[in-house]
Amino acid sequence: MNTEKNIKTLIIKKPLKLDCGKTIKDFPIAYETYGSLNSKKDNAILVFHALTGDQFITGINPVTNKEGWWSYAVGPDKAIDTNKYFVICSNVIGGCMGSYGPSHKDPDQKIFGTNFPVITINDMVNAQYNLLDHFGIDKLFSITGGSMGGMQVLQFISNFPDKSKTVIPIATTSSHSAQNIAFNELGRQAITADSNWKDGNYTSNDTNPGKGLAVARMAAHITYLSKKGLQEKFGRKLQEREDLKFGFDADFQIESYLRYQGSVFVDRFDANSYLYITRAMDYFDLAKQFNGNLSEAFINTKAKFFIISFTSDWLYPTQENKDIVIALNSIGADVGFVEIESDKGHDSFLLDVPDFLNALKNFLDKSYEEN
Amino acid sequence: MKNEFQVIADLIEKDKKVLDVGCADGTLMKFLKDNKNINIRGLEISKEKVQECIGKGLTVIEGNAEKDLKQFPDKSFDYVVLSQTLQAFLNPELVLDELLRVGKKAIVTIPNFGYWKVRFHLLFKGTMPITKTLPDEWYNTPNLHMCTIKDFFYFVKSKDIKIFKSLALNNLNTSIINESNLGVKNLFADLGIFLIEK
Repeated sequence: MNTEKNIKTLIIKKPLKLDCGKTIKDFPIAYETYGSLNSKKDNAILVFHALTGDQFITGINPVTNKEGWWSYAVGPDKAIDTNKYFVICSNVIGGCMGSYGPSHKDPDQKIFGTNFPVITINDMVNAQYNLLDHFGIDKLFSITGGSMGGMQVLQFISNFPDKSKTVIPIATTSSHSAQNIAFNELGRQAITADSNWKDGNYTSNDTNPGKGLAVARMAAHITYLSKKGLQEKFGRKLQEREDLKFGFDADFQIESYLRYQGSVFVDRFDANSYLYITRAMDYFDLAKQFNGNLSEAFINTKAKFFIISFTSDWLYPTQENKDIVIALNSIGADVGFVEIESDKGHDSFLLDVPDFLNALKNFLDKSYEEN
Repeated sequence: MKNEFQVIADLIEKDKKVLDVGCADGTLMKFLKDNKNINIRGLEISKEKVQECIGKGLTVIEGNAEKDLKQFPDKSFDYVVLSQTLQAFLNPELVLDELLRVGKKAIVTIPNFGYWKVRFHLLFKGTMPITKTLPDEWYNTPNLHMCTIKDFFYFVKSKDIKIFKSLALNNLNTSIINESNLGVKNLFADLGIFLIEK
C-alpha cells in the first residue's frame, strides 16, 4: 500500500513502552514538514491527524496524488501560515502511510497483521514526541488537530506540559462516548466480516477486505456530516436517472456518493490500520488516566488553550468540547473557547469554513506576536 | 473608549486577574491588558463578538453568564466586571451572587432608570423611555429587569453585600454616591458604577 518514495522516515531507536505492556524499538515514524524552522526555533507547530489522515497535510499528497487533508487551513498565507510557521505532521503509529503499523513486518519478516500490538493515543503521542529531539526543538509554538488529532493534542500537553506555548484542540473529546465506540465497532465488524480479511492475514492488494473497509468508511462518513448538510446537498435527488428503478442499484445520489467515498478510501487505506486506530480512539479516556478528574491532566501546564467546536457536529458535540473548557477553567488555566456556526457537521474543521479559519489564524498570529 | 470603561479601569489596580462578563468586542479587556498588565478573561454570548475578541488577541470564552459562571472556582479572579447587563438576565440576583462568588470583588454598572430624562420621557410622552444608555424600543430591548441606582443600592445592602465605592456617571462627570445624596444622584446620573464584595 505504501509507496516508499516521497515518504520521509525517522527511525526511533529509543525503546517505547506501550500501554499494552509491550515495548517497541527501532521503529519508523513517517513525517512531513512545511515552511521553515527559524533560527530561534520558536515557530514550530505540530499538527496531529485524524483517523484516516496522514502526514501530508497540504499541497498534493505524493502517494495518493490528491489534495492534502487540511489544505484549507495550512499553507502560505492560510490560517496556519507556512510562510511564518514550521509545520510538522507525522503519521500515527498503527497507521499506513509509512509509520510503524500492522502492514509492517515483524522481526521474523512476517507481516504483523493483527499481531501488531494494540496501540493507544498515549502511545501515538509518545512516539511523535521524538520529532522534537530530531528537529532540536525545545518548545513548540503550538500543537493542534481535529477529531482524533484533538485527542492527541490533549494527551500530548498532558504528557509534556511545558513543550508547547499554545494548544488548539478542535472538534474533539476527552473521552470517547458510547456512541463513538458504537460507530467504530460497526466499522470494525464490517471489516472483520469480509471473508478476505482472514483474521488480518491478507497479504496482497487483490485479496484485501476492500468491501468491508468500504462499508466501514461509508458508515463513518455519515457521522462526519450533518442531517441538514446531507439534505441540502443530496435531498432525494436521483443518480443519473429519471425515476426509481425498483432495484438495489444506487437510485439516489446519496447512495452513489457513499459508494464512491467507500471505493476511493479502499485505495489509500489499510483495513488492519483502521481496526487499530479506531481501537486507540475507543480506549481514549483522559480523565480516567487521572482518577476521573480531567483537570488533573492539565494541572502542570501553563500553555494557552483555544478550543473550537462546531454547531452541527454531533460526533464530538460542543458539550464534549466544553467539558474540556470547564476542566481547564476550574484550575484557572488560560483557555478561550468558540463554537463555530456551520452546517457541515464534524467535517467542518476540514472544510472552507471562514469563521473557523479566521479564528484559528487570529489566535495563532496574535499569540505569536506576544511571544 | 467610553468614560464608563475609564472609570472601571481606574478602580482596578495593576497586575490583577480580571474576568469581564459580557465583554462584547473586548474594548475594556484590551485596555486593561495593554495599560495595566491585567491577566484578563472574557465571557461573551455573541459569536460575532467572540470573533472580534480573538482578532484582538484576547482570551474569551463563548458562553452565557447565567449558565457558564459556575465553572469558575470561588474567588478565582481579583475582579469580575459586569457592564450594563445585569438587567438583561432572567435572574439577576443569581448572576450577582455568582459574580461575587467567582470574584474577590465585583464591579457592576447599571443604566439608571431613575435618571431624570427617563422619568420625563415616561411622564410627558407617556411612552417607554429611550435614552443614550437605553437605546432600544420596548419590543426589542434585551432589558428584562430595569432598576434605578436607588433600587440597586438598597438591593445590595439588603443582601449584606459590602459597597466599597459607588459612583454616579453623567456624561463625563463622575461623582461619589452615598446614602445622603442618593436621591439626587438617582435623578441626575444616567449610569451607576458599584464596586462590591461579599
